[in-house]
Formats: sequence, structure tokens, C-alpha cells
Amino acid sequence: MQSQARLGFFLLLTPLLLWLGLLILIPHVDMALLSLRERVGVGQYTTSLANYGIFFGEPLYMWTFLRTAVMSVLATVITLIIAFPVAYYIAKMARGRTRSALFLLCLVPFWVSELVRTFGWMILLRETGLFSSLLQWAGLATGPVEMLYNDAAIMVGLVYTSMLFMVVPLVTTLESLDDAVIEAGYDLGGSGLSVLREIIIPHAMPGIVSGSIVVFMLSLGNYLTPTMLGGKDSLWFTELIYSQFIVRFNWELGAAFGFMLLFLSSVIVWGTLRLTGQTLERTMG
Amino acid sequence: MTPDLECRTLCKRFGDTLAVQDVSFSVAPGSFFSILGPSGCGKTTIMRMIAGFLEPTGGDIRIKGRSMLNVPPNKRPVNMVFQHLALFPMMNVADNIGYGLRRAGLPKSEIVRKVGEVLERIGLPGIGSRRVDELSGGQKQRVAIARCMVLEPDVLLLDEPLGALDLKLRERMKIELKSLQAAFDTTFVYITHDQSEALVMSDQIAVMNHGVFEQVGTARDLYYRPETAFVAGFVGDSNRWAGTVEQVDGSTVALRTAEGLLIRSRAQGKALAKGEAAEIFLRPEAIRVARDAADLAQFDNQVSGVVSSLLFNGAASRILVRDEVGEEIEVTLPQSGEFATLSRGAPVRIGWSGDQTTCFARQG
Repeated sequence: MQSQARLGFFLLLTPLLLWLGLLILIPHVDMALLSLRERVGVGQYTTSLANYGIFFGEPLYMWTFLRTAVMSVLATVITLIIAFPVAYYIAKMARGRTRSALFLLCLVPFWVSELVRTFGWMILLRETGLFSSLLQWAGLATGPVEMLYNDAAIMVGLVYTSMLFMVVPLVTTLESLDDAVIEAGYDLGGSGLSVLREIIIPHAMPGIVSGSIVVFMLSLGNYLTPTMLGGKDSLWFTELIYSQFIVRFNWELGAAFGFMLLFLSSVIVWGTLRLTGQTLERTMG
Repeated sequence: MTPDLECRTLCKRFGDTLAVQDVSFSVAPGSFFSILGPSGCGKTTIMRMIAGFLEPTGGDIRIKGRSMLNVPPNKRPVNMVFQHLALFPMMNVADNIGYGLRRAGLPKSEIVRKVGEVLERIGLPGIGSRRVDELSGGQKQRVAIARCMVLEPDVLLLDEPLGALDLKLRERMKIELKSLQAAFDTTFVYITHDQSEALVMSDQIAVMNHGVFEQVGTARDLYYRPETAFVAGFVGDSNRWAGTVEQVDGSTVALRTAEGLLIRSRAQGKALAKGEAAEIFLRPEAIRVARDAADLAQFDNQVSGVVSSLLFNGAASRILVRDEVGEEIEVTLPQSGEFATLSRGAPVRIGWSGDQTTCFARQG
């Protein structure tokens, strides 16, 4: 009986171990080794930190790196600010059918591939696009207006892509807040703002943090949206990685860039958790 | 003296249903007022209207003579203890109690002092730094009350706060609530579906059914002099029969039950006419059990039968007596010991005074 249970346990564990080992651990170890390799001649390699040296020595790389981080944080904050009222409405104010309908509406954009969704935004924002035509028709602009290929367009795309991943954890945590607790807040003399600050936000904190982590990582690792909406010169860090691997065929440098990105996201997530006093177990459990 | 709380022809309509219908009452300062009724009778609706979470469809709510219509909940001098207490789980006990004071903009030192005082008063000094989920059920209860009382409201509303507690604790909290009310000397308005909670604690009780107040009175009034059939049936236990009026003689009526038992009773409420359908109520403890007829000579209702069932429940033990026509009557067993040996099938005689029986014309 005992050994059978143990066998069952290992059988159930195997897919997980295979997943972690084959898809995450082994590629990353390989990447790490790759990033520490320096090409000294044709087919000749030595182990060194030269690739990381290149990264820190070239201001453009550093600049792109920081820019990506700041833009991702900004996208996360904007997503949170837009998603919170939406989630609050779905969790606390909408009832029955309205509620499921609203939830579905948040989900609908994800039935279309990200590529098509982003093309949708391009159609709206380009020089001959809908917004440009509307502005001209309304007399607010004299000539065609180019709204693509700038940071605002990237931001719009990132926020739009991430919305669902913020709304879902927020709805879940807000749902678990008893209405009577909110009412008690008002009953004891609280105004709308103080109830939000002292009761609703502290309660929703695990949802806010977990949503933010997911959205931040998605933004940081996004390639399609910054490239398409920001154009060739959008300076997104994933583009640098892509070009090192595919265009320049410099896998060693690409791997080093990849590790820098991993390091960056880990540091920012860790910092956020420390800053908000949350733990990974509480936000993800 | 202006009453602390006064409702005038209060109405609330949800769509087509009238949840509260022309309810008027006033609560004297410092008294314990209960609204007792089955679930769905509209008592919670009244409470939420007083607290300000619902806007009445008609009528007026006055607190200390001031109309509360269009006053938001956070501006009303009433506080509410919620059914599941609704303590703020993200704060410790002291922050929970201090929440309202912080909102009122009191200085920090003042808040600390007041929170300490009120914790002292509820008999839980020094638990301020504990987390809410570390408290026991009874402690949470007291903290929830303290959280309201620290704001010194004119009226404290309690929405079945004992519902979630186990029986033993509930019994203790009943007494404790009553003494807390006396200690704070504040008007309590308490809603419950549990009659014993209402009977034990209240100065005045309103029995509510289908959105209207059936009767308002003291616990004694409701128990001994119910004015409607609903009150007679809802408050306390009763033997209950349907019958028709056979004879009317001043204030006493004789009724015959469907099974054929003749019962003499005093008439209550609207005068009954001969031949009218009526409902008859008789409390099990109003019936005397005897072994022979001589003991029951002073009673105008006498029945002989056999014990069909023994319902042992300690001090509240009862027997079921089946009479000659087959009606079963629930009778409280006297605790003096003389019937301790009574067994199933034993012949007994029972009798009761017509004054102890109430009857009402059947509705509809």
C-alpha cells in the first residue's frame, strides 16, 4: 500500500519534473553557459564575462534596458489604475447576468491573436487611420496625423494587452471582501475615499500585487506590441535580444541580454514585494 | 421627552413587493427595543433604512427628533453591529475600534485613551494589538459592539449578531448584551428571529410579519396577551387548533375543534360570532396534569386521555396526551416529581382555565 502510494506520487510528479527540467531548467543552464562564452577566433571560445562587459560598456544597451523597465512599470501602473474601477464594478456592483457579460467583455479581445489585435490598433492610429480622419473631419487637424511609432502608442498597446491579467486577480480578491465590511466602513463615519484607502485597497493588496507582477512581466517580455506600434526604433529590450540572436547571429551576447532581462524582472518583482509587505506565497496562493 | 428613534408610516417597496408597510414606532431613550420576526418579514429592511443603506419609499425616520431622510450613513448618529460583525480583518483590534474616531478626526492621544477605556468597559483590556482572527466568537462580538459604542451613537442597531454563535455562548451573550446596554446606557435596536433572545433582553418587542408590525409590547404582553394569531403562534410554544365557535357568552367563547373537542376560551381581539371559524392557542405550561377529576374541579376545561408520548428534556420535559376524540395535546410535566413515573399508555386527566386559552377569528 505504502509503496503503491509512493509510486503514484512519483508518476504524478513526473510531468511536472519533465516540464521544469526540459523546458525551463536545461535551456536556462544552456543559455547561462552560452552567455559566459567569448569567441576568440573561428570556432574558438573561452569562458569570460566579456558579453556582460559589452552590455555595460555600450550606453545604448543600458539606455534601452532602463527605458524598457521604466515603460513596463508605467504600463503596469496605468493598467492598475484603469483595471481597479472595472474590477470593482464587476465584483461589487454588477449582479447576475450583467456581471458575467462584463467579465466576458474583458475576455473577448483575447479570442483574437495578439498580432491581429495589434494590427487593429495600427488601423486606428496610423496616418490614414480612423482617429486621424476623425480629427481632420472635426477640423481639429489640418493634415493627416501620425499617431503610431511613438511611446504613447506603445503604452496604449501594452495596457490593452495586459488588462485582463490585472482584472482577473482583482475581481477575485475584491469578491472575497464582504459587503458588510464596506458598509461598516461607511456606517462608522468613513467617506468613500477613506473606505477605499483603509479597507478596500488593503484587502485587495494581494490581488493588486499579483496582477501587477504578471502585467509587469508580460510588458517587459513583450516583443510584438513595442515593435509594431513603436516602429523599428522603439528601443525595446526584447528587440535587442531578437536582433542579437536572429539578425547579428551573436548568440553569446543575446544570451547575456536575456539573463540581464531575467535579472531585471526578478529585482523589480522582489523590490515590489518588499515595498508592499507581501509575500509570493500570499499573492500567488 | 423626544424618543431616541421614531419611525412614522415607514414604507419600502422593492419592485412589486412591499417589504415594509406603514410601520410606525418610537423607542424611548436608553431602552432595549427588539424587532422579532421570521426571516423575510422585512426586519432587516427596516434596520438598513435606519442605518441609511436603503432609502425609504415613504414615511420618515427621526433620531432625537431630527429627520434622517437624505442623510448618508456616515453622517447619521446611529451605528450598526452587523450580522457577521464585519470587523475589519486588515486591522488589529485597536485600529478597528479607533477607525470611527480617526474618521471623526480626533487627535491620536485621544483615540488611544478612548480605545483603552472602551476595551476596559467590555472587559477585554490589553487586547488592542491582537489581530481580529485571533479572537474567540464572544470576544469578536464585544469588540464589534465596542467599535460602535466608542463613537457614542444615539442609537445602536444590532442585526442578529448572536446568530453565528453556538448555543451555550449565545445564552451567555444574551445576558452580557443586556448588561452592556445598561452600562453604556444607550438605546439598542435589536433584530432577531430568535424569540428567546428578544424575550430575555428587550424592554419592548415588536413582532413583525409580512412587512407589518403585528404587536408592540413588553415580553409579558406578547407572551400572555397576544393580540393576533401570528403573535400567539410565533412567540412561545402553543397547542394550536382550528375550530368553530359554538357559543358566545360575554367574553368567553366555547369552540369545537375539527376533531370534536370542546374548548372554552376567552375571546381576543375582534368579537367572534357563533359559527365563525377560529384558531385556538393554549400554552403547554398552562395545563395541569392530574390523576383524578377532583384535582381539576376549578378548571372549566377538562379532558381525560392517555399518554401517547414522553418528551424528556430535563426541566422542560413534556408529554403528549391523546384525548378521547384523538386530539394530541402537548402538556408541560410538573417538576415536583409526582409524575416522574408516568409511562406511555398511562391514563391521565388534564385541565386548564379558559383564561389561559386564546382564540382568534381565522384570517381569510
